[in-house]
Amino acid sequence: MILEGVAHAYGEVQALAGVGLRAAPGEVVAIVGPSGCGKSTLLDVVCGLITPQAGHVEAPRAVLMPQRDQLLPWLTALDNAGLALRVGGASKAEARAAAHPLLEELGLSGFERTRPAELSGGMRQRVAFARTLLAGAPVLCLDEPFGALDAITRSDTQAWLAAALERRPRTVLLVTHDVEEAVLLADTVIVLSPRPGRVLATLTVALPRGAGGRVATDPGVVALRAQALGAMR
Amino acid sequence: MAALVIVVAFLGTWQLYTVVSGLDEFVLPAPTAVAGSLVDDRALLAENFAVTATEMLLGLLCALVLGIALTALLHLSGAARRGLYPLLVGTQVIPIVLIAPLLVTWFGFGVRPKLFIVALVCFFPIVVPTLDALGRIDPDRLKLLTTLGASRWQVLRFAEAPSALPALFTGTRLAVAIAAIAAVLAEYSGSEKGLGRLTLQSIPQLETARAYAAIVVLMAFTLALYAGLVALERRLLPWSATSPEGARSPS
Repeated sequence: MILEGVAHAYGEVQALAGVGLRAAPGEVVAIVGPSGCGKSTLLDVVCGLITPQAGHVEAPRAVLMPQRDQLLPWLTALDNAGLALRVGGASKAEARAAAHPLLEELGLSGFERTRPAELSGGMRQRVAFARTLLAGAPVLCLDEPFGALDAITRSDTQAWLAAALERRPRTVLLVTHDVEEAVLLADTVIVLSPRPGRVLATLTVALPRGAGGRVATDPGVVALRAQALGAMR
Repeated sequence: MAALVIVVAFLGTWQLYTVVSGLDEFVLPAPTAVAGSLVDDRALLAENFAVTATEMLLGLLCALVLGIALTALLHLSGAARRGLYPLLVGTQVIPIVLIAPLLVTWFGFGVRPKLFIVALVCFFPIVVPTLDALGRIDPDRLKLLTTLGASRWQVLRFAEAPSALPALFTGTRLAVAIAAIAAVLAEYSGSEKGLGRLTLQSIPQLETARAYAAIVVLMAFTLALYAGLVALERRLLPWSATSPEGARSPS
């Protein structure tokens, strides 16, 4: 995936001013920056939802996991996870058969028939992630996927996301305002400036991923976090 | 329970007033007289109720079919919305009491002019909330479906239509509440049978208690329909925020 000099404005408001990034297949790229720096606009561009006014975009099909999970309240966890397949033309039974093992893998056994309102925040995110994975697109765009979760749920959810991506590698664009989260999960961290967004720094996270993912207190993580925060100031 | 207390207090006050005021029974019958008529005139009431209930139910059915079809059309076509919506609002201004006799001349004394009037009055409260709900899809949800590759039809089928179902139920409940008045108005301007007709006849015959009894029957039927809809909504849309357990039940 290659983006070069992408710029976009909404009316008078310049959201992006010349953003470039590259992601190799299977790479996790985190995009961090203050709120309103055009992070979500960048995801819209990659997903093909908006055509930028300037710049060059070369991206395979990308599927969006929006900020709030956007699970459909009238569908069960299983049917929400299988929504992408239904939209793709699969029958209800086929979609369920495909979604079932993935929900199990994400630790949601026994909750297949539960509606979103009765699921915890962390569970809802996992269902939304299952839906995103089952869309079968090579690129996943995750927009602040853990923004609404409390600290403990957040760290658990980060751990299973890392594990799930280990098993099913995809190219991931992860938008977050949390620098630590970016360093824990990504191979590359891109720091954007306040609006209009431009790239302040591109950091390579050359830290190994342990069995339980990276640890926030690891000196390498701490150093990169400081480096990213430094770039933002 | 609260409703029961209020009804008992209301009936008690009414009964007391008829005794104290010394009003003639043909002006204001006591609740006991109305209850007496409910028993004595039960065959007559039942016969007329069957007619009015048919008018209401068939009229509501027409309103639902017409309302849903119109809502879909207005939602999917901006041109239809701009062109037709003002006309639909316009239909609600039609003074039904005045044009009903014309409809009777046109369609005859049978059930058809009644269906027309009930449907005319009842489709509007179905269309307005449902159309609003269809148009209120979360922009993020639309983005999600678009990246999943959903067509316009699939957006309607998977997201918009289900999310508008609670509003459709709300609209139908409003329609049920006014269907009885519409049916009675329709009978008023020309009919052979029906509770409206019976009420109209009973008053000059000084059978006021019977007129009130007819109203009580209509009320009970409307309440039953309304409660049935609430139960149906709770069963079909357990996820809906507008049908919390018992909170909206009229009982």
